[in-house]
Amino acid sequence: MTTLVLVEHDRGTLVPATFEALTFARALSDELHAVTIGSIADGLAPELEAYGVTIVHQAHHDLLADYGPDATAEALVSLLTALNPTVLVASGTDRGNEALARVAARLDSPFVANVVLENLDSSGDLWEFTRVRWGGSLHERASLRAAVKLITVALHSLDPTPTAQPGTATPMPFTPDIEPTAAVTVVRDRVERKAGQTLATAAVVVGGGRGVGSPEGFAPLIELAEALGGVVGCSRAVTNNGWRNHTDQVGQTGTRIGADVYFACGISGAIQHWVGASGAKCIIAINTDPAANMVTKADYAVIGDLHEIVPAITAEIQARRG
Amino acid sequence: MCIKRVPAPGARIAVTADGQAVDTTNLGFTMSPHEECALEAALALAEAHAGSVTALTLGPPEAEEQLRYAASLGVRHVVLVLTDGSDCDPQRTAASLTHAVRELESEDGPFDLVLFGNESADSGGFQVGIRVARSLARPMITGAKGLSVADSIARVQREIDGVQEVYSLPLPAVVGVKEGINLPRYPTMKGRLASRKAVVATQNAVGEAGGQAMVGLVAPPEQASHLVVLGEGPSAAGAVADVLAERGLL
Ligand SMILES: Cc1cc2nc3c(=O)[nH]c(=O)nc-3n(C[C@H](O)[C@H](O)[C@H](O)COP(=O)(O)OP(=O)(O)OC[C@H]3O[C@@H](n4cnc5c(N)ncnc54)[C@H](O)[C@@H]3O)c2cc1C
Ligand SMILES: Nc1ncnc2c1ncn2[C@@H]1O[C@H](COP(=O)(O)O)[C@@H](O)[C@H]1O
Repeated sequence: MTTLVLVEHDRGTLVPATFEALTFARALSDELHAVTIGSIADGLAPELEAYGVTIVHQAHHDLLADYGPDATAEALVSLLTALNPTVLVASGTDRGNEALARVAARLDSPFVANVVLENLDSSGDLWEFTRVRWGGSLHERASLRAAVKLITVALHSLDPTPTAQPGTATPMPFTPDIEPTAAVTVVRDRVERKAGQTLATAAVVVGGGRGVGSPEGFAPLIELAEALGGVVGCSRAVTNNGWRNHTDQVGQTGTRIGADVYFACGISGAIQHWVGASGAKCIIAINTDPAANMVTKADYAVIGDLHEIVPAITAEIQARRG
Repeated sequence: MCIKRVPAPGARIAVTADGQAVDTTNLGFTMSPHEECALEAALALAEAHAGSVTALTLGPPEAEEQLRYAASLGVRHVVLVLTDGSDCDPQRTAASLTHAVRELESEDGPFDLVLFGNESADSGGFQVGIRVARSLARPMITGAKGLSVADSIARVQREIDGVQEVYSLPLPAVVGVKEGINLPRYPTMKGRLASRKAVVATQNAVGEAGGQAMVGLVAPPEQASHLVVLGEGPSAAGAVADVLAERGLL
């Protein structure tokens, strides 16, 4: 069985989620091939060796000079036709999902997004496995029958692990057939956002929910976040009310955080919020309701009015720092 | 604009005894926030360009509720593609929606834009809009956080890992929208009254079952509680600071 992994990169810089896809694919078979899109990614081969890749197919084409989802899909279809692997695996990122969905649409083949490795049965023609729904709040057992199985790996559902016996990855350049119409969806313009703390990567997130009550109510939360060098987050109730921008929203349709500490202030802890918050290593809930879901699932809680408690915490931090 | 009726679970999500569906006893129904935002984008574009919006859903007869909600916001035509209510795989969903779009277009000419959510709230397959666009042979970009139309070109903006990308698609085109692109409007009283009179056109689902099938649903195990209550009110601030100090944050 040959497994093929789509290597995701941004203008030649490897996207780390690719290591999750490689780890997943290596568990399915040791005949592990990878494919890089565009000659700008040719230099990635050594990074892939560490994960057990033996052959790197390198797609070269004028239409692959910058990112384009249709051109990517066409390159993949070209390779699938020539190589005929059992499965094509990508990471469950925006680009991974769209690439495989576009391949599937071209082959009129199924595509399954966000699969996890545990309990995957690939012994027969009909595979059976678990995938995540509702952003991870619910698991689905699903079956898949297809000539080439197209699968993305649910993000952060496994630890990326390099192989114990790395070999060498042989580069195999190829020129795919790409329909000229694929040029329509090549990216036209791009702006790199300035580096800095993001909600996804901040070490401390101070989140506020409906209990904050107003846009002004966030002032003490901002002060606490600043005191700890963190950022402010919020629930959908807050964004829906226009109190904060959607870029601050934690959850299924917002951002998944990985903070060391998450303060959840006046947030009830609906499952769609929880799936965004649960990646935090330590959750401190502040809520008037001791039975709120956020409180019962948290590591620590303070019961009471956030408008009194949050400023008191900031004051205590400042006092201890002298 | 394509919307999908889904349950609106709160603090937990329960599965029916046969493991085939979410237990919706005491639950309301809604659509994905991405779709609410796509609907808002559609309405705003229609207002700006003197156009109109049609909403399409594939689902059980009860999905009429989501169509009436769309009508209450100002959607002119609402179309229900009926299924038997069981889980419809992405290939069949896409085939049915494509068929429905073609039927509508054969009467009234092509839509300039067909809008989708980035992913459905419940099954989250990340593909229906992409498949429909391919069948209709129209350019498609998903994940839109910005969408404007001028001179028969749709300008789509999106964010991928700290990079903002811009695409430009000649109409007719297909766009998948992400929450955050706008702030969806609420229905007015007048809109709500009018929506009761909206005529729901119906069609039937078409197409064969695809290669992916749902076997069953399982709620993930609840993690055991390890909650430590630090106290009540502002007097607990010291205990919170201790936790922060333990973690090297002070
Ligand atoms: C498909 C779908 C996707 C969704 N995606 C997201 C998402 O990405 N992110 C998200 O957050 N939500 C999401 N939601 C919405 C989610 O279901 C909840 O509606 C939302 O999270 C509720 O926000 P909240 O906790 O702030 O408000 P509420 O549920 O109203 O909770 C307010 C809390 O504040 C407490 N409180 C009130 N006053 C005070 C006070 N003075 N001091 C302390 N505590 C106080 C209350 O006890 C209560 O627990 C989604 C919903 C759906 C259907
Ligand atoms: N049953 C349905 N009826 C109408 N639109 C749907 C349906 N299922 C999916 N869609 C649309 O396709 C988008 C992507 O869905 P999915 O591929 O399931 O993630 C959704 O956000 C909807 O806009």
